[in-house]
Amino acid sequence: MPEPTVFELSSPGRQGAYFPEPDVPRADIPKSIMRDDLPLPEIAEVDVVRHFTRLSQLNHGVDTGFYPLGSCTMKYNPKINEETVRLAGFANIHPLQPIETVQGAIGLMYELQEWLKELSGFDEVSLQPAAGAHGELTGVLIMRAYHQARKDHKRVKMLIPDSAHGTNPASSAMSGLKIVQLPSDARGNIDMEALCAECDDTLAGIMITNPSTLGLFDEHLQEVCDCVHEAGGLVYGDGANFNAIMGISRPADCGADVLHFNLHKTFATPHGGGGPGSGPVGVTAELAPFLPGPIAAVIDEGSEEEPPLYSLVNPKKSIGRVKAFHGHFGIMVRAFTYMMMLGGEGLRAASEHAVLNANYIQARLRDTYTIPYDRICMHEFVAEGHWEDAPGIHALDISKRLMDFGIHPPTNYFPLIVPEALMIEPTETESKETLDVFADTMIKIAEEALTNPELLQTAPHNTPFGRLDEVKAARELVLCCWLPENKEE
Amino acid sequence: MNFPKELKYTKNDEWVRVEGDDGTIGITDYAQDQLSDIVFVEYLVDVGESIDKGEAFATVESVKAAADVYMPVTGEVIAINEDLPDAPESINSDPYGEAWLIKIKISDPAELDDLLDADAIENLERDH
Repeated sequence: MPEPTVFELSSPGRQGAYFPEPDVPRADIPKSIMRDDLPLPEIAEVDVVRHFTRLSQLNHGVDTGFYPLGSCTMKYNPKINEETVRLAGFANIHPLQPIETVQGAIGLMYELQEWLKELSGFDEVSLQPAAGAHGELTGVLIMRAYHQARKDHKRVKMLIPDSAHGTNPASSAMSGLKIVQLPSDARGNIDMEALCAECDDTLAGIMITNPSTLGLFDEHLQEVCDCVHEAGGLVYGDGANFNAIMGISRPADCGADVLHFNLHKTFATPHGGGGPGSGPVGVTAELAPFLPGPIAAVIDEGSEEEPPLYSLVNPKKSIGRVKAFHGHFGIMVRAFTYMMMLGGEGLRAASEHAVLNANYIQARLRDTYTIPYDRICMHEFVAEGHWEDAPGIHALDISKRLMDFGIHPPTNYFPLIVPEALMIEPTETESKETLDVFADTMIKIAEEALTNPELLQTAPHNTPFGRLDEVKAARELVLCCWLPENKEE
Repeated sequence: MNFPKELKYTKNDEWVRVEGDDGTIGITDYAQDQLSDIVFVEYLVDVGESIDKGEAFATVESVKAAADVYMPVTGEVIAINEDLPDAPESINSDPYGEAWLIKIKISDPAELDDLLDADAIENLERDH
């Protein structure tokens, strides 16, 4: 244990803050709801600060090292985003303030919607959803509402490729739809034959991640969308991998009817414990009436002297609110700042470099690691973390060993269609030097797997904690460091 | 990998032990090895329910992934292994014995003909 818990630092009677005597009468609190067993730590301010500073230093983040966690787009988050979000006009406002006093904030939401529309090709965007999976659920509920509004009640089937994020079937199941899994073909595309066989009048739609979780642009995307549309179904685009296509390919142009964005991935806002996500949803004009509100809108264009007047509107057949107030506004400010700093050309360059970086690593690792779907990849690729002549080594051992070199592991064991999957997404914000250090380290670990497998199986060795007992962690769900006395067994 | 000769198998790595009209169902040694340490077993059915071939009747979760277990043949559930949720690790240690998942009354014995024998599943083309 490199750092004790804050409770273990407690010393009876020590205080971090002294409160003045109350200058109002004490309220009479009923005895029945008073407790005398509140074992909070008794600790000085300086020790609190040191404790949490030390804890923060035990962590690995984008600000401390390379973080190639596939499908999570752990790109560097520019610090200017933190400056703009702290501007008084954004930081010191309240969601219930009269709208004429927060025109700048609503204007930012409007502009962000416009940028997302331009990047995706959709007609309307709602910024409400709290994060990616929430955006998915919102999008699927919109698809369902569309079919129901047309009294097309038999459309209950959602097609989901076997490479999909697990949240896709979850969102569909939560929306009351029946899920049919589609296999991938030998090149990692959706199997067209299996797709066509399912395209009938019970089809609600399909959920496509493009590029897929294999990091591949589906070569039949147009045919897939046409096939689904001809059967009367809708195409859901999972925008988790949008970082590969900004300014290059627009999902709506390719046939998607609805798509969620992950502002926290693509547009460089903190995530993964660093902050909340934001999962705006874009739709075609046909689906726009079903979007969740409120949506920022211009209600008076203004003139050369007068700025436009912004307001919030609710679409006519809206599925209803999916989030309190305006969604995660702070994340919107950060994402919009990122877009403004890069501009259209810059966003396209970000995607191009994300793709280049992934292909560079793939090329460097191709001779050492099996790449099951080996073709030009997009912003990420999937390798297999095992070798026939190192039978005791699994993807997990490689990942744990990477931590010894100060590198965050790739995504493990996903997608499920690749055995011992290592899903690697470097992002565009890494230099060639960093990519080379990673590739060299991966090659070194592959050699160790043959010469000294135990080194991998017992890794990590250089981290504050060694190999954690994941089985115990999964089976014994105890999150408390102690149990209240009367609950002890 | 161990595939007992007396059992019938699905391509999805379920096994059936047939005794008269009854069948006992579990997952194969290969399946438990691929999943690695099993940490949860959840039943999706109750005793008395009739379940179609191909429908999921349980979810098995490991530290790596969660997998649905499907009915190899249609039948009525006559017993579920009540001990298993408290000792999911027995799937890793004894997948063909202690760690059976459910027992069913087989509706149509002809469906058994579609299943694989031990040689066939052993020779299945595997990724890994």
